[in-house]
Amino acid sequence: MTDVQTKVLVIGYGNPGRLDDGLGPALAEALDALALPGVTVDSDYQLTVEHAPLIAEHDVVIFADASVDAPDPFRFERLEAKHDESFSTHSVSPAMVLHMAHTLFGGQTRGYVLAIRGHEYNEFGERLSPQAQANLAAAIEFLQRLLETNALPAADGGQLPAALEAAATGEPL
Amino acid sequence: MTTEAQTSKKSELKRIAISPVTRVEGHGKVSLLLDDQNRVHQARLHIVEFRGFERFIQGRPYWEVPVTVQRLCGICPVSHHLCAAKAMDMIVGADTLTPTAEKMRRLMHYGQTYQSHALHFFHLASPDLLFGFDADPAIRNVIGVARKYPDLAVQGVMMRKYGQEIIKATAGKKIHGTGAIPGGINKNLSLSERDGFLKDLEQHMTWARGALKIAKDYTVEHLDELADFGSFRSNHLSLVRPDGAMDLYDGNLRAIDAEGNTIFDQVAPSQYLDYIAEEVRSWSYMKFPFIKSLGAENGWYRVGPLSRVNACDFIPTPEAETARQEFMAVTDGKPNNITMAYHWARMIELLHSIECIRDLLHDEDLQGQDLVTKGERRDEGIAIVEAPRGTLFHHYRVNQDDQVVMANLIVSTTSNNEPMNRAVQSVAQSHLSGKPEITEGLLNTIEVAIRAYDPCLSCATHALGQMPLTVELYDAQGNLLQSKSKG
Repeated sequence: MTDVQTKVLVIGYGNPGRLDDGLGPALAEALDALALPGVTVDSDYQLTVEHAPLIAEHDVVIFADASVDAPDPFRFERLEAKHDESFSTHSVSPAMVLHMAHTLFGGQTRGYVLAIRGHEYNEFGERLSPQAQANLAAAIEFLQRLLETNALPAADGGQLPAALEAAATGEPL
Repeated sequence: MTTEAQTSKKSELKRIAISPVTRVEGHGKVSLLLDDQNRVHQARLHIVEFRGFERFIQGRPYWEVPVTVQRLCGICPVSHHLCAAKAMDMIVGADTLTPTAEKMRRLMHYGQTYQSHALHFFHLASPDLLFGFDADPAIRNVIGVARKYPDLAVQGVMMRKYGQEIIKATAGKKIHGTGAIPGGINKNLSLSERDGFLKDLEQHMTWARGALKIAKDYTVEHLDELADFGSFRSNHLSLVRPDGAMDLYDGNLRAIDAEGNTIFDQVAPSQYLDYIAEEVRSWSYMKFPFIKSLGAENGWYRVGPLSRVNACDFIPTPEAETARQEFMAVTDGKPNNITMAYHWARMIELLHSIECIRDLLHDEDLQGQDLVTKGERRDEGIAIVEAPRGTLFHHYRVNQDDQVVMANLIVSTTSNNEPMNRAVQSVAQSHLSGKPEITEGLLNTIEVAIRAYDPCLSCATHALGQMPLTVELYDAQGNLLQSKSKG
């Protein structure tokens, strides 16, 4: 199980009313049902600035979102905090909200992105495409194993264990 | 990119037709068409339209709609939630809500307006105002604000959080709330919830006053410069109360021209189709609403904080009313048509919202038990609210099986479509003419002009890999000269 000293926050975000954009919330729902110790799950339409203080309270944050360009089934990677300017109030990038958690709220949270590949977005509908469903299942399996084995790198620059490293790019576990 | 630029010879200029914007292209795209002297002939802002919503909603039972419509927008779901609920009040014949229901809805609405305005101001607008919008982008951002004004950036986050907590307490949850139902509300505010909000209220009043001062001081000090920045004379539309007061939750429509003359007044929401029409243009899926009596050419109008402060006779909370009078004095009591004055007007509404929240929290009706009412069933529901970004229309018809058979929505960004195009054209002409190049300065000024309207782009999706803003430059022959993205 995850080290009790490590507080992990998983934020699954996206719009479940826009087909595969709902991958993030779907992952959050599935993960929440697992009730993993030490893991807090949040779900939202999109990232916004008020996620920053919550992130700052955790050691690790994993941003789970649909992706238009990740390889199937998903990509898991370390995220560097970085300032990037938002065009509107409607969303903040994962790198930016992590940067705000560090800069404004004194957090030292390590960030990761779980980018689940989606394929259908351009209409309203509360369903995932068949390919997105398969990608979601693979992402859930990967994340569950990652959290249960406490396999997140302990420090900056740390590497995932070899098996999970392969899985992070979508290879079967 | 799935955009296609097609050209056709017409005089010495080329017409650019842009295919429907899709999510992978980003939230907003601007195309600039030059003439033979490299002056901006035409500027167009392309925004994702929520195509398909009518089909999505058809066949659903009407009582689901106030929840379902929140899928439209992740940043102002409460506006859609409340507007749909108000429309469904008509369906169930609830012409007058119980005091508890109406006040709970108002608290939800002001909580949303407060968090939305605060987020926009502190996170996006304040860097432009505190550093000047021609300042180095490396410092002109929220982190730059945090370094120079450490408290402000945190204030913005905490104000957003306060408003979100009010939404959670009134709507039942932070997102996809269920609080407003046809004919009323499904919960009241507990005393412990009320006391939790009262504890931090004075702090928020202080922060709101401070934000208003920043916006006001900046606008007054830079009035000459701002008067020419993306500005133009326009009509203005908003809800007002029967006595002419600002009311963000309910009221009747009032439209004024650029001089403040009344075009129409006290038009009931159910009559909107007699006064407002929508024009379709070949290059955009987003419609262009206009005032029928003035025609499509002259009937376009602005909505949102600027228009609301211009259109009302007074604001029914004391500090915001004082601020409104100061605002109107700058233009000798005439409507203010300066695009950048949106920020000042928005902060007047921020203060108004927290004043309303304060008054509501001290109202015992919020702890009432009478939550729902109903009357004679109807098959049509029409409602309007003033969402943070402007006037929002919801119109539904339902059949005898309680299923929605027609839905028509006009969102604030649709109403501000023409004004934003004009603002972009204005700043592009000032910053580009004679030099066919997309500079950082041009990108910034376009962004600043669009930002003033706080357009709703969230009807699109937000998956990783998108670009927030793209500017494309075409020569007189329709050839793409340059494309530059921000973000």
